[in-house]
Amino acid sequence: MTFFAWALVALPAAAGLAGLMLRRREHAAWLGVGAPAAALVCAVAAGFANPVTAFALADFGSVRVFAALDLSPTAVAVAVASAAVSMLVQLYSVAYLRDDPRYVPFTAQVNLFCAAMLLVVAADDLVFLLIGWEVMGACSYLLIAHYANLPEAPGSAAKAFLVTRFGDVGFVLGVMVLGVSAGTFRVSEIGEVSSGVATASMLLILFGCVGKSAQFPLQVWLPPAMAGPTPVSALIHAATMVAAGAYVLARLLPVWPPELLIVVAIVAAVGMVGAGLCAFAATDVKGVLAWSTISQVGFMFAAVAVSAADTALFHLLAHAAFKALLFLTAGVVIHMAATDGSFRTTRLRPGSSPLAFWSMTIGLAAMVGLPPLGGFYSKEAVLGAASEAATAAGVVVFWAGVVGSIITAAYSARLWLLLFWRGGAEARHATPRPEAIGLWTLSIGTVGVGVLYFAGPLRLPALHLDLMALMLIASAGGLYLVGDSWWRDRARDPSRLLGRTRGLFAEGVYGDAVATSTARSAARVATGAARLLDEQLVDRTVVEGSARATVAAARWTEAGHRGGLVGYLRISVAGTLLVAVVAIGVSLWA
Amino acid sequence: MGVVLIAAVALPFLGAVLAWRYRWHDIGVLSSVLAFGAVAALPFGRGDLWWHEVHFAWAPGIHLDFALAVDGVSWPLAMLTALLGVLCCVHNARSGEPTLTALLLAVQGASTAVFLSENLVLFFIAFEAVLLPMWAVVYRYGDERTRRRAAAKFALFTIAGSLLMATGLFAAIADAGTADLGDIIAAGGVSERLSLTVFVLLALGFAVKAPLWPLHSWLPDAHTAAPTVGSVLLAGVLLKLGTYGLIRVAGGIAPDGAAEAAPVLAVLGAIGIVVASLVCLGQAEIKRLIAYSSVGHMGFVVLAFATGTEAGIRAALFANLAHGLITPLLFFLAGALKDRTRTGQLAELGGLRLAAPALAGVLGFASLASLGLPGLAGFWGEAFTVYAAADRGGPWLGLAVAAALGAFLTAAYLLRMLKYVSHGQPTPAVVGIKGASTAELAIWSPLVAATLLLGLVPGPLLDLFATGVL
Repeated sequence: MTFFAWALVALPAAAGLAGLMLRRREHAAWLGVGAPAAALVCAVAAGFANPVTAFALADFGSVRVFAALDLSPTAVAVAVASAAVSMLVQLYSVAYLRDDPRYVPFTAQVNLFCAAMLLVVAADDLVFLLIGWEVMGACSYLLIAHYANLPEAPGSAAKAFLVTRFGDVGFVLGVMVLGVSAGTFRVSEIGEVSSGVATASMLLILFGCVGKSAQFPLQVWLPPAMAGPTPVSALIHAATMVAAGAYVLARLLPVWPPELLIVVAIVAAVGMVGAGLCAFAATDVKGVLAWSTISQVGFMFAAVAVSAADTALFHLLAHAAFKALLFLTAGVVIHMAATDGSFRTTRLRPGSSPLAFWSMTIGLAAMVGLPPLGGFYSKEAVLGAASEAATAAGVVVFWAGVVGSIITAAYSARLWLLLFWRGGAEARHATPRPEAIGLWTLSIGTVGVGVLYFAGPLRLPALHLDLMALMLIASAGGLYLVGDSWWRDRARDPSRLLGRTRGLFAEGVYGDAVATSTARSAARVATGAARLLDEQLVDRTVVEGSARATVAAARWTEAGHRGGLVGYLRISVAGTLLVAVVAIGVSLWA
Repeated sequence: MGVVLIAAVALPFLGAVLAWRYRWHDIGVLSSVLAFGAVAALPFGRGDLWWHEVHFAWAPGIHLDFALAVDGVSWPLAMLTALLGVLCCVHNARSGEPTLTALLLAVQGASTAVFLSENLVLFFIAFEAVLLPMWAVVYRYGDERTRRRAAAKFALFTIAGSLLMATGLFAAIADAGTADLGDIIAAGGVSERLSLTVFVLLALGFAVKAPLWPLHSWLPDAHTAAPTVGSVLLAGVLLKLGTYGLIRVAGGIAPDGAAEAAPVLAVLGAIGIVVASLVCLGQAEIKRLIAYSSVGHMGFVVLAFATGTEAGIRAALFANLAHGLITPLLFFLAGALKDRTRTGQLAELGGLRLAAPALAGVLGFASLASLGLPGLAGFWGEAFTVYAAADRGGPWLGLAVAAALGAFLTAAYLLRMLKYVSHGQPTPAVVGIKGASTAELAIWSPLVAATLLLGLVPGPLLDLFATGVL
């Protein structure tokens, strides 16, 4: 059974590496769809035995790194979701990127991305996990930079990698501090560590997870990451990178000092509410979806903050299904409308493409949390866990979650209304078969993932009827606000509800602009200072100065030996006199 | 196996003489391949501590013996030297002069002798012998405008360091009464009274070569001026002489002094990491950028060594070797790029991904490896430098933070480089350049494969280091 565990990671990784050397498009397509499919099979097979396996990868004397995999039932569930989404994304891309000259490396990079995520999901050793963690960052960089003629793509790609890697400064330090204290990097073997170590290391690791999951204050990389192809957005947002932060946080929950969970709660609350408001104000389809991801991952962090790891994973799975569906549908819609996705131009009649309409509707309804879709159960579970936890963190995330639910309903309704109910060209569009398969499968998944609430490996809080009612009222409230505004004046965007703050939120509270300019000026100042120190002071002044001083001293000495006969005579007379005077003086004194 | 040991050192020299005498590349390539084979054969039938030893008296009056030995610390470095020797000879055989091949082989032979010598006087002689051919490589074959000045700076800097090192070595020999490296290490080093002095003298010499900030300023000039193969050997082999000497010789014969001086070394290493990365962030020329990046990477090695912990020493040795694979690859690529575009200015480059996809792909791989991407060779050494520093606790935690931050800055400057070179639309300098040829890919592929292999399976190499005489 351990074979399936290794194959789960190794197959897509090998396919990705091999794919980088391919030239033929058809081969790339087969490998692209086949590798995640094989991984999916392995994940399901591993689900029957839950293999645990480890061998020493690197021995550093006082500590060892293990290539350790632990496919617990929850890990299997996340692995299945990741592999399935990756497979559908690959299938979708066969059609979506049919005219793209860089399709072949694209499939290879998606496969590597998938392998990296599966490694994060399955790894039981934090350093081993780090391999997947950072390879994912590198793959996101490559994939976001995919379009060569998009001027902002390289910058967005570098931003995604660098911001997450900035978080990883904390992550690596946290892992190392934890490893030093626990004597092992195995998640399953990290026992009791002193509270100081736990506090420091978990705060550092949280910083890394915040970066990966694009939570406050490192959310700045995610909205620009839309520069990548739409299937890549689906991959990053739904089942891989962004989810990885929440996943790792949930796995390390046993190490968290309970009194510190309030920090996670604050991060989650800011994400749920703040990013929701940004989504409500966003001016293009993918922008709404990007901010909504940050807000939804906030719900996962909220569950972690109340020590409900399985609840967080449940929302992760539900989110994986509906967010992948939403992104892939958005790609189809934008393609049909033949625009860049901006609300000013993008509109589609529901009748033009019933498949796109219903897929989007199901996805948005799940995000709002309407029963009986998966999102309803998962969000209810998060709020239930929060209300059961009698802690300050619980109170914070509960109320932030309720407000977040209102906002979620509002931005989802706004997106739906703006996309489908403003007219548009009277044309019927057909969806290519590979894309249609993706939408159908994900729609079924979005509806069906709620089953996990009743049967499955996750331990979830029981249904609370009062909370359910509260949540539905909150969602209905959000829908009502937007619907009311819409019926009053259809010509105007419901985001006018935000009043004068609309521009602020549409720009993501200027977080990206401020972060970018701060980073630029800090880099300029630090670089200038370093070059001054290194090139001017050390090299020019000290090193070359010493050379100049030597040459000058040589000239000076040499000049003294170039006086001519009279000069030498004068010097020797003066010298003789001096010696004589000194000698007489000394003999008299003695 | 003693014969093989001697062959590993002698074959490159023999090849150098023949290649120079008969002006024939192939004999140079052949001898470097044979030398590689000899080094590769060394693990067979190995002993416990030293795998193999040869020992002939040479000039007993000055404690000079022809004594060679190999163990788990020196063998990987000898292997690296032999591999880069082969690649450089093959590269030069396609385009350069036979004399350059001869000089490269001389560098290879002398460097191998440094790594394998067990006698301190022989070590010193070999260490100095590397300098001459390397100086000639830079002086004769370097960039027209800067080569003389860069070669002079390189030579003067290194000789100044070597003289201090020689003083330290002879002080140690006088104190120990023997010049046998293994014996001195087994005896626990020189007497405690002398330990710090000896270590400081040796460390100064090795720090110039390594290079340790602030004794590094010869390096950017020399690397930038040197021809591609010269940069490759400088980065892949010469810098390793410094770190090898620091860890094995200075640390081995003056362990007490090393422990005393460790905080200074560690702080300088950490400053080197951060300052060099920041300088790279502002560099406008690709080769100079890669050259400066070496200062940062070697800062990790020195910091890891300075922690003095078991994990630190292994991390230092691993990072050392990984740098010896990755930076030469970057120099090969930068050389290929400059040959095609006739410019190394980042502002004039762009769109390589569209113009020459394979070249851009390997450049991307090498950059990712250099920024310490986990799963590639650069990761293990640098991540466990952070571990080793954190392990020491207290003020060392600050150095761990500096190292982790340095890894972030490394990513920043390499991505900046890629943004200029690979992305966007091709610039006039890049339009219409040739893609990577099969021969070029063949030269790069061993380095790519080794980087990937060491990244995925670091265990065997770390286990080798653990068996070393330290």
